[in-house]
Amino acid sequence: MGLFGGRKTVFVDSDVLVIGGGMAGCGAAYESRYWGRDLKIVCVEKANIERSGAVAQGLYAINCYMGMQWDENQPEDHVRYARNDLMGLVREDLGYDIARHVDSTVHKFEEWGLPIMRDPKTGRYQREGKWQIMIHGESYKPIVAEAARKAATEVYNRIMVTHLLMDKTKPNRVAGAVGFNVRTGDFYVFRGKAVIVCAGGASHIFKPRAVGEGMGRTWYAPWSSASAYALPILVGAKMTQMENRIVLTRFKDGYGPVGAYFLHLKTYTENVYGEEYESTWYEDTKALVGDYIDRHPVPTCLRNHAILKEVAAGRGPIRMVTKEAFQDPHKETVGWENFLGMTIGQAVVWASQNIDPKHINPELTTSEPYVMGSHATCSGAWASGPEDYAPSEYQWGYNRMMTVDGLFGAGDTIGGTAHKFSSGSFTEGRIAGKAAVKYVNDMGKDQPEVSEAEYEDLKKVVFQPLENYEVGRNEIVAGTVSPNYILPIHGLQRLEKIMDEYVGGIGTNYMTNEWQLNRGLELLGMLKEDMEKMGAEDLHQLQRTWELHHRILASESVTQHTLFRKETRWPGYYYRGDHMKLDDENWHCFTVSQYDRDSGKWELEKAPVYHIVD
Amino acid sequence: MPTFVYMTRCDGCGHCVDICPSDIMHIDTTYRRAFNIEPNMCWECYSCVKACPQNAIDDRGYADFAPLGHSVRVLREPEKGVISWRLQFRDGREKNFVSPIRTTEWGSIKGPAEYDAPSAEDFDKQELAHEPEYLNIEGGLPALRPDQLKQGLV
Repeated sequence: MGLFGGRKTVFVDSDVLVIGGGMAGCGAAYESRYWGRDLKIVCVEKANIERSGAVAQGLYAINCYMGMQWDENQPEDHVRYARNDLMGLVREDLGYDIARHVDSTVHKFEEWGLPIMRDPKTGRYQREGKWQIMIHGESYKPIVAEAARKAATEVYNRIMVTHLLMDKTKPNRVAGAVGFNVRTGDFYVFRGKAVIVCAGGASHIFKPRAVGEGMGRTWYAPWSSASAYALPILVGAKMTQMENRIVLTRFKDGYGPVGAYFLHLKTYTENVYGEEYESTWYEDTKALVGDYIDRHPVPTCLRNHAILKEVAAGRGPIRMVTKEAFQDPHKETVGWENFLGMTIGQAVVWASQNIDPKHINPELTTSEPYVMGSHATCSGAWASGPEDYAPSEYQWGYNRMMTVDGLFGAGDTIGGTAHKFSSGSFTEGRIAGKAAVKYVNDMGKDQPEVSEAEYEDLKKVVFQPLENYEVGRNEIVAGTVSPNYILPIHGLQRLEKIMDEYVGGIGTNYMTNEWQLNRGLELLGMLKEDMEKMGAEDLHQLQRTWELHHRILASESVTQHTLFRKETRWPGYYYRGDHMKLDDENWHCFTVSQYDRDSGKWELEKAPVYHIVD
Repeated sequence: MPTFVYMTRCDGCGHCVDICPSDIMHIDTTYRRAFNIEPNMCWECYSCVKACPQNAIDDRGYADFAPLGHSVRVLREPEKGVISWRLQFRDGREKNFVSPIRTTEWGSIKGPAEYDAPSAEDFDKQELAHEPEYLNIEGGLPALRPDQLKQGLV
């Protein structure tokens, strides 16, 4: 243990352990308490659940609401929509499950005090689009966090969970998690009979467009550090669709959202000459993906594709035509409040650059890629489906349990369920919470036990970067350059450069191929080796180090999946230059991977897609 | 910076340190006041700005794309359930916006254990807490039949 032998270890027992207190985690805590009245429900969060996760800043819309009470949509309609947007590949059993429950979640949010706008004519929720309702959501997260705090037995803020713990006797059963307190430096061992991973997806695995001070203004929160994936991957949970990274068309520099602009304000896009451009690329896109281009609405990735082609043809930038809509004072207010409610940074950009959309049509851009499971994309863990109708290939136990016993997930963690957004993530947390309580109740006396050897080993590993820094720092005069360690920012920038240049980031216009992917894996392998020499000056940098570990493992998974799928399923998200066409004959399937932490090897396989047939 | 702290207003209370989702607001050991230790990991989410009791924290847009001279100020008043914004453009134009943030009292949410406990049989059903009543529909929770899911192209 060297310099850090005296570090305190805190033990926490729980029946249900919820990792991550964002939307999914709050839903999991709430529902676990409803069903498990006498259980100990513990929620662990690396920040403060009052403002944590992707909704920390607020939201101006809830993007997943059926409106069954007014017969606006039915769950199967949402499944068809998500299937269409993801080019045919979603877990329809899981998506239907979220859609059938999500309205009750949203009705609770309103009862709790979330201001949901109403259509003055109909009295119904104000629709932004077919699936979206408009809210004044600055305090969306504090409201939801209040409900979670009332549900959980204990909430531990500022604890970065680094690893899951496995049962001492049963090889494929989870037993808890370890992490450290980023304020005190205490080591935490959480024992849990069931564990629900509700951590965040991944920003900052591909190089962002802004690499200076503005690198933090990513589309997805910079604190979304891929723990959703790394925690389950490391204990051998199977993952699916990790190649399905997402690229967002957003307002330039601030990545301000466009949904309300398109759907509610009825603004539209044009090229630099004021021309419509999507039809220019219709035949080109059809040659790549066939009749998927004829579906409505046009899939998100294909709309990106037209933008990329138009800009490459020299007719960029693509701009949002706002000048007409913003003459209406109500629409102007909605346009600005939309940013102030969820992407304040875009308002800052426009104020700083004198961009008033009433007078100037603002530029759009395509973002760097992100890996997450709740927007127009569906990377994540391979999970068991609902008991009442999921096909046998999708059902091996409790709803939302991964392929590791007792390990559940929700939100960004669970794969195959695109378009769940904030409300769907909370709802999926509820589904997982009920199932986890059932699992704990059914367990009886056969309870998991953590291994002292395992957590003591992890304790050394977790704090090693502090020791590396302490020792190495004494050898140099000053500054950040040492032959013996690299700092978290160094490792992060190397990761982003590898992913950008070899795995289809902005630097190659989202293009990659087999050779590049294999080279990317070699370089990621060296980065993984170098991670043993990470130096952390303090506990904050130690948190950054473990976030980087999680990002690297998720990146490796993304690269392996991208290599495995020999087609271009989502042009506009990424391109396999050596397999440019969509190939339904061979690849109308899910990709599923499993990592072996002892050998470091990945196994990839295909899994069947089941559709709701009418 | 993007967020930064005015020396004369900060009293070192640490609310910003406690709330920052990115763990980048820390207390300077010499001045005993808060500052942003890692501006390039700031999302400009304004959680710290809203939480500061002294209005000591402001935002200066990211230096790599935001010209100086702008200002986006906020006043969040949870007890009134309102948030107010003032934007100032580089050229001096101003815009003001006010929005509601909550319709109920803070702390008023009824916890899940305050409802009647579910029965053992309820575990075997698909309904979650407060269902089916909170769906507000006739006919109960929708469900698929297993034979409605098939392999193949659609």
